[in-house]
Amino acid sequence: MTYITLRNRYNQPLFTKGAPVLQYLDIELTERCNNACKHCFINLPIHDQNALAKELNTADWQDILRQAADLGALSVKFTGGEPLLRDDFAELYLYARRLGMTVKLFTNARLITNGLAEMFSRIPPLEKIEITVYGMHPETYDVAACAPGGYVEFRRGVERLLEEGIPFIVKGALLPDNMDDREEFEEWAKTIPWMENRPSYVMFFYQRGRPCNLALRQKIDHARINPEKGVALISSRPDYRDEMKQFCQQFTHPSGAQLFNCGAGIGGGIDAYGFYQPCLMLRDPNLTTNLKTTSLREAVLNTRPNLLKMTASRPDFLERCAHCFLRGLCESCPAASYAEHGCLDQPVEYLCQVAHAKARDIGLLDEKEKAWEVQDWKERLENLNTKESL
Amino acid sequence: MSNIHLESVYVPSDEVVARVIMDELIIVPLAAGIGDMEDELYTLNETGKAIWYRLDGHLSLGQIADVLAEEYDAPRDEIECDVLGLTAELLRRRMLIEVNPV
Repeated sequence: MTYITLRNRYNQPLFTKGAPVLQYLDIELTERCNNACKHCFINLPIHDQNALAKELNTADWQDILRQAADLGALSVKFTGGEPLLRDDFAELYLYARRLGMTVKLFTNARLITNGLAEMFSRIPPLEKIEITVYGMHPETYDVAACAPGGYVEFRRGVERLLEEGIPFIVKGALLPDNMDDREEFEEWAKTIPWMENRPSYVMFFYQRGRPCNLALRQKIDHARINPEKGVALISSRPDYRDEMKQFCQQFTHPSGAQLFNCGAGIGGGIDAYGFYQPCLMLRDPNLTTNLKTTSLREAVLNTRPNLLKMTASRPDFLERCAHCFLRGLCESCPAASYAEHGCLDQPVEYLCQVAHAKARDIGLLDEKEKAWEVQDWKERLENLNTKESL
Repeated sequence: MSNIHLESVYVPSDEVVARVIMDELIIVPLAAGIGDMEDELYTLNETGKAIWYRLDGHLSLGQIADVLAEEYDAPRDEIECDVLGLTAELLRRRMLIEVNPV
């Protein structure tokens, strides 16, 4: 008889009697970062006194992790900012692991020390570490990340993980400063033993989700790649178009006025100051809960049902997004809308242009068409592979 | 299984963390070398769960078989076989340690 079964939780469901209250938790340990990337929406200076004063302390985080474990969360993501800037990172990591949670770490790897690598070797995170790469040379990395000496530290951190055999993957941030490094980056990525697929990229950047000065918002605007050029870059990959067509046939259709069609609230995120958010991107204070005054259980149980009831009221959303059959393809969402406009239901022009460029690239739209005006979208999706969609 | 005796007493290793979530008993490796791959966790079936809960560092395997035979009204031989079988599997995966081995 088989008493014990090894299951890959991402391929085989672990639970037969319904899902736990909280399925995963994303924790933004700090908004501070040792990089100052031009495109980034969350990179306060390392010694930002205001942030340091407000960040949760070790005991606060341990309490939240304990609550998350009690609610059934099996996985916690530590991200930032740069989460390794926290002096208590190792302590929090071990605490989460000893609660029986697996840990996903998002990092730039610059602060991976021998001690940390040894800890990951002894107590493995059980999820691949994800490292964002900003260039393949000091001349590109350090400029893109606005971090003199950053490249050398990043490579040293990566070497430490390789030496200890700690599984990690890399992903790229594509910026004007490092665009020419892309081929070299992809070749290097192939040499990493745990890279099962080509690296993914962030390139269609979000605006800042918190009030901040105009200059920072303009920096992100300038870092945004032209939609057509961005799509041309990703569609040059083998299989991209086939995968995208399959994705569209499965997931794209008009969604009406309902605002949240995603998994927001199934898990959730907590910012560096202890505010629960249905997802880490969604900064609207009306949808966040202060965990200093409310339990995580209450926050989770109150949030998701409310999200599912929310509908759009702005005319431009109702005229466009509600009827747009590219909704599944479009990265615009309430969080992106809030970051861009300060409300949940306004189209994000840039992301709309990206979705249209992607649709044109696989033959779903022609040059002048607007997706929300297309009536025969079902036929187009059905005929995608036959090249008769237009 | 030949080195496992009914008089022996076992306790879960501190190299794993056992969690009960939605009635499932999930064993999460803590130390390196127990789960060979990332993303992989262990679950126990109903028989395994019943035995695991009694591997408390006090009851011997034989006593566990006695308790379960009474509780489940099942043949003692079958239950003993299950107790020894699971113990062997758990030991092989470093999820149990013997208390005061002779």
